[in-house]
Amino acid sequence: MIGLNFLYLIAGVLFGGWSLLTFADRSHPQRFGSAAFWGLLAVSFLAGDALGDLGNGVLVLVLVAIAGTGNLARGTAPTSSDADREASAARHRNRLFVPALIVPAVALVGTFLFKHITIAGAPLVDPKQVTLVSLGLGMLVATAVILIWLRPPVAAPLHEGRRLAEAIGWPIILPQMLASLGAVFAAAGVGQIVGGIAGQIIPDGSVFLAVLAFTLGMAVFTMVMGNAFAAFPVMMAAVGLPVLVGTLHGDPVIVAAVGMLSGFCGTLLTPMAANFNVVPAVLLELDDRNAVIKAQVATAIPLFVFNTLLIWGFAF
Amino acid sequence: MWPLIGIAVIILGFALRFNPLLVVVVAALASGIAAGMNPLAVVAAFGKAFNANRYVSAPWIILPVIGLLERAGLRERARDLIAGTAAATTGRILIVYLLLRQATAALGLTTIAGHAQTVRPLLAPMVDAAATRADPAISEAGRQKIRAMAAATDNVGVFFGEDIFLAVASILLIKGFLETNGIVVAPLQLSVWAIPTAVAAFLVHGFRLWRLDRR
Repeated sequence: MIGLNFLYLIAGVLFGGWSLLTFADRSHPQRFGSAAFWGLLAVSFLAGDALGDLGNGVLVLVLVAIAGTGNLARGTAPTSSDADREASAARHRNRLFVPALIVPAVALVGTFLFKHITIAGAPLVDPKQVTLVSLGLGMLVATAVILIWLRPPVAAPLHEGRRLAEAIGWPIILPQMLASLGAVFAAAGVGQIVGGIAGQIIPDGSVFLAVLAFTLGMAVFTMVMGNAFAAFPVMMAAVGLPVLVGTLHGDPVIVAAVGMLSGFCGTLLTPMAANFNVVPAVLLELDDRNAVIKAQVATAIPLFVFNTLLIWGFAF
Repeated sequence: MWPLIGIAVIILGFALRFNPLLVVVVAALASGIAAGMNPLAVVAAFGKAFNANRYVSAPWIILPVIGLLERAGLRERARDLIAGTAAATTGRILIVYLLLRQATAALGLTTIAGHAQTVRPLLAPMVDAAATRADPAISEAGRQKIRAMAAATDNVGVFFGEDIFLAVASILLIKGFLETNGIVVAPLQLSVWAIPTAVAAFLVHGFRLWRLDRR
């Protein structure tokens, strides 16, 4: 069965390739640190399961030490010049969009098709990972098409990937680090403590204030954890089920569904949701790391009010 | 109460602009030790979670394709296409993108677009070109604001579209949570209640995008 290991193999090979190219680049400002950073990520993807928990923990500490001490830096990966790009854009025109659409097209077809393909009774692709596997397949197909059609140097995919990975830098692992922090917070019981506090401060008697405490708790706890999924079980167990559904007889479907969406409003407002709010600021070369969050405030707050009123108006 | 110290570390560390990776590790150690865990056990717990969460970073395998397309002039072509289409204003481009992103996410297709896949190579150069045509004297700060809005539009579209899809992770999480608490609901009931907020998100964010062209 093809599953995440297929993706991890591709990722491991790519990160390993970027590490070797960095190591071979004598003009690189932080040649050894940067090569070690990408190399350790390759090790994580290729052999993470064999390292053991403590081994993986030490790997993370070394990654953080490299990035935190400024030993991860940008080199100059070979790419085309601005003039080359203008000429290529003028020559190929809208046909350039075709390979860009291959990845989503393969992801789309794969998502629907792989569910129905079985070999000797077992599914060909892990049903839980169909979209990610399709994404990996789309990436391979698109790369092949570009190599055959535009004939860049054979090493160009690695060089171009390295160019972008170096442009992103350490934020490339921030989302994964934050997800891991969530697991440690859960083990330390942070969720129960926050839920307990929220449960204590709910005022008696007012349905509206109880709803507001729930939606506000969802949004704020999501901002702290960077993820509404982490906030949901905590706030539901502390306020949603016992107060809104239990004492006040609210509809659990509306409370739960719209409560989650109140959490999503919090996701729009926090740097902890790094892959949505911090990584794009880096990808789009914005000077202000919080520029995306600032652009989202005026959408998130009205939607938060809307969600609160929606529960208040329809769940009771 | 003491395990909450990790949250304080996060807030302070981000506010004081320490390297966020460092802040995350310190926060994990602080909360774990405050909860009575051995420091080595905290490192091991973090390592275990890091290994289990590799799928979060796996989508970066898209980078070589995006880089190859940029090398071939995709961003320049996206810019030229918009520059030559007078009807394509910044606000209109983003409204159409918002609608497409919400609609495809509602069908479960959240990974077909995103900041690396579509915003950087296509959407950002398009809105950049449209904004520059509307106001040739636009400042660099103004252009960055427009690009930030492009990223924001992608986020709003996917967040408030995906829950309409039955099999998305958040719907399954809600269903699972309610079920363990003795409340059995069908995913369809939950996803129906994502529709009002999806419509509100389109109206609120769409109105802000429409106003971009009125300035």
